[in-house]
Amino acid sequence: MGEVILTMKGIDKSFPGVHALDHVDFEVRKGEVHALMGENGAGKSTLMKILTGIYSKDSGSIVYEGKEVSFTSPRDAQDAGIVIVHQELNMVNHLTVAQNIFIGREPMKGIRIDDAKMVRDSRALFDMLGIDIDPRDKMSTLTVGKQQMCEIAKAISHNAKLVVFDEPSAALTETEIEQLFKIIRDLKSKDMGIVYISHRMDEIKVITDRVTVMRDGTYAGTLITKDCTKDDIIKMMVGRTIYEDPKTKSMVPPDAPVVLKVENLNAGKMVQNVSFELHKGEILGFSGLMGAGRTETMRALFGADPKTSGDIWINGQKAEIRTPQDAVRLGIGYLSEDRKQFGIVLQKTIAENTTLATLPEFMKGIFINRKMENAAAQKYVDSLKTKTPGIDQLVVNLSGGNQQKVVIAKWLCRNCDILIFDEPTRGIDVGAKNEIYHLMNQLAAEGKSIIMISSEMTEILRMSDRIIVMCEGRKTGEIAIEDATQETIMQAATMQE
Amino acid sequence: MNKKKSGSPLVNAIGTQKLVILAVLIVLFAAFSILSASFRSYSTIITILSYSYYITFMAIGATFALITGGVDLSLGTGMICYGMIGGYLVIEQGMPVGVGMLVTVLVAVLFGLFNGTLIAVFDIPPFIATLATMMITRGIGSVVVGGMSVTWPQAASAQGWFRSLFRTQINGVMIPTGFLWVLLSVIIMTFILNKTKLGRYIIAIGSNKEATRLSGVKVVKYHIAAYAITGFFTGLAALAYAATFQELSPGTGGGLELDAIGSAIIGGTSTAGGVGSIAGTLIGVFIMSMLKTGLPFVGLQANWQQIITGIILLGAVGIDVMKNKR
Repeated sequence: MGEVILTMKGIDKSFPGVHALDHVDFEVRKGEVHALMGENGAGKSTLMKILTGIYSKDSGSIVYEGKEVSFTSPRDAQDAGIVIVHQELNMVNHLTVAQNIFIGREPMKGIRIDDAKMVRDSRALFDMLGIDIDPRDKMSTLTVGKQQMCEIAKAISHNAKLVVFDEPSAALTETEIEQLFKIIRDLKSKDMGIVYISHRMDEIKVITDRVTVMRDGTYAGTLITKDCTKDDIIKMMVGRTIYEDPKTKSMVPPDAPVVLKVENLNAGKMVQNVSFELHKGEILGFSGLMGAGRTETMRALFGADPKTSGDIWINGQKAEIRTPQDAVRLGIGYLSEDRKQFGIVLQKTIAENTTLATLPEFMKGIFINRKMENAAAQKYVDSLKTKTPGIDQLVVNLSGGNQQKVVIAKWLCRNCDILIFDEPTRGIDVGAKNEIYHLMNQLAAEGKSIIMISSEMTEILRMSDRIIVMCEGRKTGEIAIEDATQETIMQAATMQE
Repeated sequence: MNKKKSGSPLVNAIGTQKLVILAVLIVLFAAFSILSASFRSYSTIITILSYSYYITFMAIGATFALITGGVDLSLGTGMICYGMIGGYLVIEQGMPVGVGMLVTVLVAVLFGLFNGTLIAVFDIPPFIATLATMMITRGIGSVVVGGMSVTWPQAASAQGWFRSLFRTQINGVMIPTGFLWVLLSVIIMTFILNKTKLGRYIIAIGSNKEATRLSGVKVVKYHIAAYAITGFFTGLAALAYAATFQELSPGTGGGLELDAIGSAIIGGTSTAGGVGSIAGTLIGVFIMSMLKTGLPFVGLQANWQQIITGIILLGAVGIDVMKNKR
C-alpha cells in the first residue's frame, strides 16, 4: 500500500427528512483495494455520489492527492481522475463498443468523427486489460458481463487514479468475476486506488486489503481484511441498538395447517429452486439484501412474472397460477413495494380504491351501487383506523401509512386469506409504522396468513414468526424466530454457494 | 438483435428491413408498370417525384425527432403556417421571393427550437409539446395573413423562378429539379447522422439519455438541436409545398405529419428512439407516393392507398419486432 490518495473527513449530508450521512470518514491509499460495506441504506452510495460530484456535501472535507477538492459534476471528478463504475450499466445500446467508450470526447478529423482511431484506441485499451471484445460490435449484442468490462475500460481510459466499483459483480458469472479480479489486481499494481462496494463477503476476503463499514449513515470502523473474520465484519455492520423488541417466539400454533406450499419455484436468474410453506395465521418474513430475489419470487408466485417451473399448493390443492387474476381468485393479495405505481389509484377516493379489485360485487346492473361501496369502504376505514375526514377523500391526500391501509382494505375486501406485503413500511414514518405492525399482527391473529418482504432487519425480527433468507435468487436460510439474530440472518444473506 | 456477422456483407450493411422495403418499392413499381401502360410513362414518374418532395423533407425532419425517442406532431400544420407567412411577405408585402423563402425556413427553425426547448429544458413530453405547437401553428398562419389563402408567385410570373427549383421545363421536357435537393439532403443528413458528433449524440440521447449525460455530453443542447433540424426540414417542406401546389389554406396541413412519421417508420426508424436512417425514410416516402399516384392507374380509388400503406406500416414494424424477439 502506498501513500494516501483520498481522505474524506466528517462528511455530512441530509436530505429532506433523512440524515443520510453523519460525519463519515473514509480513506483510500494508492495501490489499495478498499471495501466499503454496509446494509442497504447505510449510506455507501451517497458517500460515493458526494465523492464524484453527483451530490454536494453539507459539511466535511475531501482531500484528494494532497489538495482539498469539491467536485460539482461527474465530469469534474472524471477530469481529476476519479471514476465510478456504476452498478446499473450506463451504456448506449444502439452505439458500438468503441463509440460508447469515447462518447463525449470523440477523436475528430475535421467535422467528421474519426471512427477508425476510436476502434484502434479501444483495441489498445482492451489489450492492456486483457479483454477480448470487438470494439465494432453493437453494445446491445454483448452479454451483461462484457458490457461491464466495457464500462470498466471506459472508466479507466479517463486516466483514472481512483476507481470506484459499485457492486460490480452483481450480474457477473463466475469466470467473469475472475476476469474482473484480474483487472482489479492489475490496476492495483499500477498504483491506482480502488474502492470496492459489494455485499459478497467471500469476494471481500479475496480481493480487498481493508474494509470500511458504514451503518445507518455513520462510520462504523475500518478493518484490515486479512486480520479479521467474516463475523467481525458482520458484527460491525449490524451493531446498532435495536429500538423495537424482537419477537421472542412464534405466535403460530404448531398444528396450524399449511395454507400455501411452494415447491422448486424457478423464474429467471433471480428465482432458483425456491421452496417454502406458509401456515395459517403466520407472518413469514423474507429477509435478504437488495437484489436477493425476494420480490421476484413473490411476483412469480403471484403470476405477475412468468415462472419457468415450480408447483404451488393452496390449502392442499394444486394451484395453477398464470396471471395475477388467477392468484387473486385463489385468495392471494399482493401489496407492492411501489404503492404509488402498483397499489392504489392516487386520484381516486378511498371508497373507489377499496372496491377496485371487487367491483363486480358492488354492481347493480351496469351501475356501481354507491351505497354498498360506501358502506364497505366505511367498514374498513373504521376497522383499520384509517385517518381521513371521510371516505370521499382522494387517496393522494392521505399520508403514506394511511395509503397503505387503503391498499390493505382493498385486499381484505376481496377476501384474501394470503397477503403478501412487499416492504410494507417503506416511506412510512415511525408512528404510522407501529400502526401497520399492529394491524398485521391483528390480521394474523384473525387467521390471515402473511408473507412479509422487508429489508429492515428490525422489522423482520419484530414481526416474523419464521424467517426465510434469500441470497442471489436462492433460499439460503430458514430460521425460527427463536433462533434468529441479526448475525444469523446476515450470515445467510451474504452466503455464497 | 444478436445477429453476428453472417450472411452477405451487403445485407448487414443495409439492414434486413431496409432491403425488404426496397424490394416492396421495386415490386410496387413493377406491378403498376405491368398493369398500366400509362403508369410507366415519364410524366407519371415526374408526378410521383413532385408530390413526394414536401413529404420527404417533412419525413427527414420526423426521423430526427423520432431518433431522439420523441415525435413531432406539428410538422403538417407547421409546414402550411411557415409557407403562408413567407408567401404573405412576398405577395402582400412585396418582398423578393428569396426573402420570403428565407423567412419561411427561419420561422420553421424558430418553432423547432421552441419545440426542442419545451422538451429538453422543461421536460414536457414530446407528444404534448408538439401537439401544442401543432395547434398554435394551425392558428398562427391565418392570424398573420388575415385568414385568407396564400398563393406563391406563379411559374410564369417574374418571381416564379422559385418554382423551377423543384420542377422546370427545358425544351418542353420536364426536369425534376427538386429531386436534386432531396438527394443532397439525404446525403448530407446521412453524413451528419452517422459521422458527426451532432448525429451521434442525437442517437445516443434517443438510446439512453441518462448514460449520455453521465458521459459528459451536453444533452440539452443536442436534444434541442435535433428539433431545430426537424424545424429546418419542415421549412424546406413548406417551400416544396408552395412550389408544387396552388395555394396554402389557413387551418390545413393537419394529418400530413402522420404520413411523414409513417414514412420514417416504414423506413426503419424506431419510435423508441436510438435507431433511424435517412435513406430508409426516403424509401418509405416513395412507397407512399407510389401508392398514392399508382393506384388510380390500376383502377383502385386513392383511398386504397391509406389502407395499403397502413398494412405496409404494420408489416415493416412487424419485421423489426420479430427480429428483436429472436
